[in-house]
Amino acid sequence: MKVLRFILKKEFRQIFRDKTILAMMLVMPTVQLIILPLAMNFDVKNVNVAVVDNDHSTLSQQLINKVGASGYFRIITASPSFHEALGYIEREQADVVLEIPPGFERNLVREGAQHVGVSIDAINGTKAALGGSYLLNVIADYNQHIRLNERGKYVPGKGVNIDITYSNWYNPLAEYRFYVVPAVMVLLLTLIAGFLSALNIVREKEMGTIEQINVTPIKKWQFILGKLIPFWVVGLVVFTLALMVARVVYGIWPVGSFALLYLFAAVYLVAMLGFGLLVSTYTDNQLQAMFVAFFFVMIFMLMSGLFTAVDSMPRWAQGIAALTPVTHFVKVVRMIVLKGSGFADVQKELLYLVVFAIVLNSWAIWNYRKTS
Amino acid sequence: MKQLLVFIRKEFFHVFRDKRTLLIMFGLPVVQIVLFGFALTSEVKNITLTVIDQARDVNATQIINKIKSSSYFIVDESAVNYDEVTTAFKKGTAKCALIFPTGFGNDLQHAGQAQVQILTDGSDPNMAKTVVNYLTAILTAYQQEISPGTQLPYRIIPEQRMLYNEEGNGSLNFIPGVMALVLMLVCTALTSVAVVREKELGTMEILLVSPFKPLLVLLAKAVPYLVLSLANFTLILLLAVFVLDVDVKGSILLLFLVSTLFIIACLSIGLMISNTTNSQQTALLLSMMGMMIPTLIFTGFMFPLENMPWIFQWISYVVPSRWYFLIIKAVMLKGLGFSYIWKETLVLLGMTVVALAVALKNFKIRLS
Amino acid sequence: MSDKVIICEALTKQFGDFVAVNHISFDVGKGEIFGFLGANGAGKTTAMRILCGLSYPSSGKATVAGFDVYKQQESIKKNIGYMSQKFSLYENLTVLENIEFFGGVYGLSSAEIRRRSDRLVNKLGLTQEAKKLVGALPLGWKQKLAFSVAIFHDPQIVFLDEPTGGVDPITRRQFWDMIYEAAAAGITVFVTTHYMDEAEYCNRITVMVDGKVEALDTPGHLKAKFGVGSMDEVFYQLARGAKRSAD
Repeated sequence: MKVLRFILKKEFRQIFRDKTILAMMLVMPTVQLIILPLAMNFDVKNVNVAVVDNDHSTLSQQLINKVGASGYFRIITASPSFHEALGYIEREQADVVLEIPPGFERNLVREGAQHVGVSIDAINGTKAALGGSYLLNVIADYNQHIRLNERGKYVPGKGVNIDITYSNWYNPLAEYRFYVVPAVMVLLLTLIAGFLSALNIVREKEMGTIEQINVTPIKKWQFILGKLIPFWVVGLVVFTLALMVARVVYGIWPVGSFALLYLFAAVYLVAMLGFGLLVSTYTDNQLQAMFVAFFFVMIFMLMSGLFTAVDSMPRWAQGIAALTPVTHFVKVVRMIVLKGSGFADVQKELLYLVVFAIVLNSWAIWNYRKTS
Repeated sequence: MKQLLVFIRKEFFHVFRDKRTLLIMFGLPVVQIVLFGFALTSEVKNITLTVIDQARDVNATQIINKIKSSSYFIVDESAVNYDEVTTAFKKGTAKCALIFPTGFGNDLQHAGQAQVQILTDGSDPNMAKTVVNYLTAILTAYQQEISPGTQLPYRIIPEQRMLYNEEGNGSLNFIPGVMALVLMLVCTALTSVAVVREKELGTMEILLVSPFKPLLVLLAKAVPYLVLSLANFTLILLLAVFVLDVDVKGSILLLFLVSTLFIIACLSIGLMISNTTNSQQTALLLSMMGMMIPTLIFTGFMFPLENMPWIFQWISYVVPSRWYFLIIKAVMLKGLGFSYIWKETLVLLGMTVVALAVALKNFKIRLS
Repeated sequence: MSDKVIICEALTKQFGDFVAVNHISFDVGKGEIFGFLGANGAGKTTAMRILCGLSYPSSGKATVAGFDVYKQQESIKKNIGYMSQKFSLYENLTVLENIEFFGGVYGLSSAEIRRRSDRLVNKLGLTQEAKKLVGALPLGWKQKLAFSVAIFHDPQIVFLDEPTGGVDPITRRQFWDMIYEAAAAGITVFVTTHYMDEAEYCNRITVMVDGKVEALDTPGHLKAKFGVGSMDEVFYQLARGAKRSAD
């Protein structure tokens, strides 16, 4: 225990000595948390429409006005030909081309039906799906509208109406900040714990100081614990900073128990630090360590449900997601912060994280060799 | 010129001697592209919908069957009351619920008006909105179906065409995005340690006293990585085509040319970092930890750029991968020619020049 | 030679086909200054790393301070000090902080560390620099500090791997004074070097060539045996047949 105290003293001194690293650990996450959620908005607000009106009739004009007035669309141009309108899509200035054929009004009145062309840039799936369905809704609505005009009155009693009410719990306006702020908090904690610890031991390897350590009677667990604890403390400080930023900037304050939240953060940090240390025991230099850590962190970041729903991924990918600690932690953070879930609701996730923490750290200690 | 070749050879030896780093460099981006190409999708599907059917009549059952037959939802009818839904929401086992009140069908048939309630877990707003949209569409369709006089006198029938992506491949947008993201981060990190490593190991002095011009030193450092990154890009492209089924619609030559430019731009940024930092640790933390999230966000494949406050849109202009993402989308997926991407190409070129100039300037300062 | 603190018998280390250390045998007595000579790549550092418990031998026997190099490395480590070829104190810690850390790691109490480090800093004439970062010290001082740290916890044996590389002659002289002082205090010194004048300072020396021990005796006897006037000549005669060169 006494030896551990000396090791800790040394590690803390080294952390506080390097002001650049210290700033990177504390300032960078805070700044990123302040500004990034503002940029993370999945909302599809404006779908840009290029209109090709080959009819120039009253009805076609009405339809175009209706689309423009619906609130979802911005009509960016009226092109004389489909070819020209397509140019706007090619230059990413338009998302949809609405093409009204010649004789639109005449055919509609004579035959009662008329096609219009809706061409959607389908590379961006979300926008295509939403833009498409909005446009179809507007057209359907317009159908209703011209029926009313023609008949002059609506026939009551014949049509039925399902009145849909909906409510979004925990986030009535379905605002994205409630979704991304916890995600960014988790992400920053992951980056700090994973990257810094991964670089640490490997740096001693590169500088040759590990040799001097290996020739001393330091126990392996003492050495690993000495590396782990300082970053663990830094991690909890960053987490606290992050909670404050979330409160001040985004007005998000945990609904659930703080003790529970910190318990999870503490266990999660141990797991991620163990991951970083494990990486550093397997690599020879900082570049390697960084690449390996980067590889896993990217997978953690993109597959753990931070920004995309795990449920929508293929089965095998969900399996991979379950094997990353981040998946469980971000789930729990959202549950505690937004929904106020209690211990009973999250105990299974705690178990997962504890297992991750134990496995990763034991593996790191096992793989750290004082004698080669 | 001969000097330069000698120097480049030395750098090649450096890079190729470290087999492990080489393996990691090649292996990681490849695995990532394949993994993300398959797994990432913006679609919301397979959502478990908790249905509480207090009505238990023909209309409710018909609607439930319609929902079941859509590919979006997995219907769970095990919950019987509101309280159970509340608990399930807190546990995270349910994310949305549809409630038919008692007498739903009766109201619908006799009063022509009935209510349903949708509950969603707003902690995932994307899911919440999509669920409301999907369910509204299904309910509206059902409502029209059972309404008498559905045949309207006038009908405007939209004909939808999905451009560039007829099959509706939900991950198509992510493939060029992930390519840009991974290439950018990897290339920047590679050169970010190139110079600072020599500073740390003390071999920099030797370079400084040698008669090589600073520009040559920097070039020589970058060339092996350029070759490697191009090989890497080729591999990624092959994977995209043969494993992820991406159809390359445009000119392969053009794709390679602009990708080379993009890689050079990223390598130059790495050199700039390397020349302005003092330790590998700082350089790596900057190029990977510092750039990872901003690159992810400002490339624009995950979060739509036009939604961002103008200041972020401005920031996004200095992120090379944002331009590259536009370029490969245009060339690879839309099959467009150079006339559509010359602006983006010019921006990348400008960035390369600026980064190299800054790198060179800092390198020179160390000389004196 | 009653107290033998290092005993080596047919100690061998192989890396694949390459035999770095080939059946070497020797003993080192307590309080002795034992010189370990050899050209670059002769296997000195590898042998030393085995004795320090940093590397497993492939075959043969060896004990250090009475402990086995196969099984009791951690006990060996409690009883030795080590100074590697590459400077390996923490450059971003101060002189005092380095001393405190390594003292603590060997289980010294804080009070003891303070007492000893005061004395040490005075002795080295580093009072001014005690609170400066080690990275800022000149090389000669770094080496003297590294040696002092290696014997700070009073080990039985101290292993020095080319301790005076790149150091000026005056500092080298001072360095050897420190080695003598340590040996007088009963610490066994196991030292590798390239400087043949330093070899003369040792009680006994071995010369390794291509992984084997080619000679083992006092400097005087060796010179007499080869009929030459200096250790330089002895070394040259032994090492010129070497097949390996460089690391």
